Amino acid sequence: MTVASPTVEQISTVKRRSPMSETWEYLRRSRSGMIGLFLIVSHLLIALTSPLLVPQDPLEMNAEARIEAPSTEHLMGTDRLGRDVFSRSMLGGRVTLVVTIVAIILAVIWGSLVGIALGLLGGRIDEVVMRFVDALLSLPWLLILLLVVSIMGTDMWIQALTFGFTYGILTIRVARAATLDFVTREFLLAARARGESTRTIVMRELLPNVRDVLLVDGAMNWSWMLLGFTSLSFLGFGVTPPTPDWGFMIAKNREILAIQPWAVFGPVIMLSTLIIGINLFSDALAKAMGLDRSQGAPV
Amino acid sequence: MISLTARRLMLAVVTLFIISLIIFVGVEALPGDMATAYLGQFATPESLKALREEFDLDAPAHERYFNWLGNAIRGDLGESYARHKPVSELIGYRFRNTVVLSTAATLVGVPLAIVLGILAGLTRDKWPDVTVSTVSIAGMTLPGFVTATVLIFIFAIRLEWFPAITLVSTNAPISELLPNIVLPVITLTIIMVAHILRLVRTNMIDVMNSDYVQMAQLKGVPSRRIVFGHALPNAMLPTINIVALTIIWLLGGVAIIETVFNYPGIGRLMVDAIGDRDLVLVQGIALILAIVVIAVNLVADLLTLVLNPRLRTARGH
Repeated sequence: MTVASPTVEQISTVKRRSPMSETWEYLRRSRSGMIGLFLIVSHLLIALTSPLLVPQDPLEMNAEARIEAPSTEHLMGTDRLGRDVFSRSMLGGRVTLVVTIVAIILAVIWGSLVGIALGLLGGRIDEVVMRFVDALLSLPWLLILLLVVSIMGTDMWIQALTFGFTYGILTIRVARAATLDFVTREFLLAARARGESTRTIVMRELLPNVRDVLLVDGAMNWSWMLLGFTSLSFLGFGVTPPTPDWGFMIAKNREILAIQPWAVFGPVIMLSTLIIGINLFSDALAKAMGLDRSQGAPV
Repeated sequence: MISLTARRLMLAVVTLFIISLIIFVGVEALPGDMATAYLGQFATPESLKALREEFDLDAPAHERYFNWLGNAIRGDLGESYARHKPVSELIGYRFRNTVVLSTAATLVGVPLAIVLGILAGLTRDKWPDVTVSTVSIAGMTLPGFVTATVLIFIFAIRLEWFPAITLVSTNAPISELLPNIVLPVITLTIIMVAHILRLVRTNMIDVMNSDYVQMAQLKGVPSRRIVFGHALPNAMLPTINIVALTIIWLLGGVAIIETVFNYPGIGRLMVDAIGDRDLVLVQGIALILAIVVIAVNLVADLLTLVLNPRLRTARGH
């Protein structure tokens, strides 16, 4: 019997399971990965500290100083209502970050639970659920988001829930595919043959193996979620004004793009650096974990 | 082969049926109904009740679903009560406009993406690859309105080459449409190229590392023949599905670009319809877009099947 002797997969699994330090070592040597991490951390720090640090009140309107070009007083000038663009840009990601970070954690958790369960169970349930998932993904993503947000409302915590639920559907597919990839491998068959309980198999054999895939998928999904959230906000289905928000600021200040372009550049720079940072980091993370990420549209 | 095609067709029909259900339930769950949309601020409890009775809005949901589905199959998508026009009339030209926009982007984008993807794949980790791959990350992951706004600033405001918004009537002939949609097409093309080229690059790298390509290299086959004769045809096959996926992704978000450029397409109509709770219109648009998505997927799958002899024999009969 080959069951007792360690297979190649088992050996490689043991190595992959070794502390995250190996991944970290690789990440540290990746220049783009470090740039990405730097951008993400900077954004988190800005979001946390800016309410105390911004030079001007982001909500204060000033009829005397409308649509002003950048100056020492207003680093990025002012918008149509005379509000300070720099301060608003610094603060404009706070709601976005809270919603997407909470949502991505929810999405990874519920998506992988369902995906792993479907992969292990197979059969009829798997067939039916996947039909629904595929059908849902045949609808335009913006339509799904608009419908969900119109039904559930734009309260920050509700939005975190709805985004978590919606984007978790993408994770179901990934988690299921990763699970299917492993259920037929010898080390899992061996565990079954040893008579281990399903719980033990999932916790000790399966999760450590699909963890990497799910982490990278989560990072990637975070960037898609940002794209979705800011797009809704751009269309006016997001954060309630006057709370500063990048998507909505870009939508509104576009009208004065020709006269005061910094009113648009401010939020554009902030949003772009965050999204590019996440992608540089998740690309490097995928490489560090030995998953060649051939990233495509999340459909 | 025929049975495989038939099975694929059956699957498309089943998916469409499930989608129609999801759309109906989703729109049904929206706050407000046709009566509130129709009466708007003039709604009184009495007038709402009268209207609901007149149009059978109080009928059980499953009854209304089958009514709607039955009419939709016969080509009748109902009437938009907020806009006082048949849904099919509202969708007509706007759907055509969106098709014109995406077709133009596809015709430019797909060849460009394939060329850049091959270039990046062949120069893996050298400067052409690094440049193309880095730029593509930005093009793919930045929201369409950011890319569009930057393009508008450069090409419409600074250089004044193209208009910042498209000022065409909804039913303008295509010849009048095309000169006005250069910037929206460029925006869509950038997003599309970014998506496709990354996957072409990965395929190319995989194929170039495969045994048969390495064998050819060892045999001393000239590298041009290896790339064009052996690697390319195999790397191209998965591209069909990638192109399909990208078109679907673009259709999902085309509303953003149509809004930025004020382009009269179906995506913008969808956003507006959801905004003012024009439920019948939302249902109609969702159904049309879903049919397009399913059709694109179907064509891509069948095309892959026809072009790949291995797939044909492996699962056929």
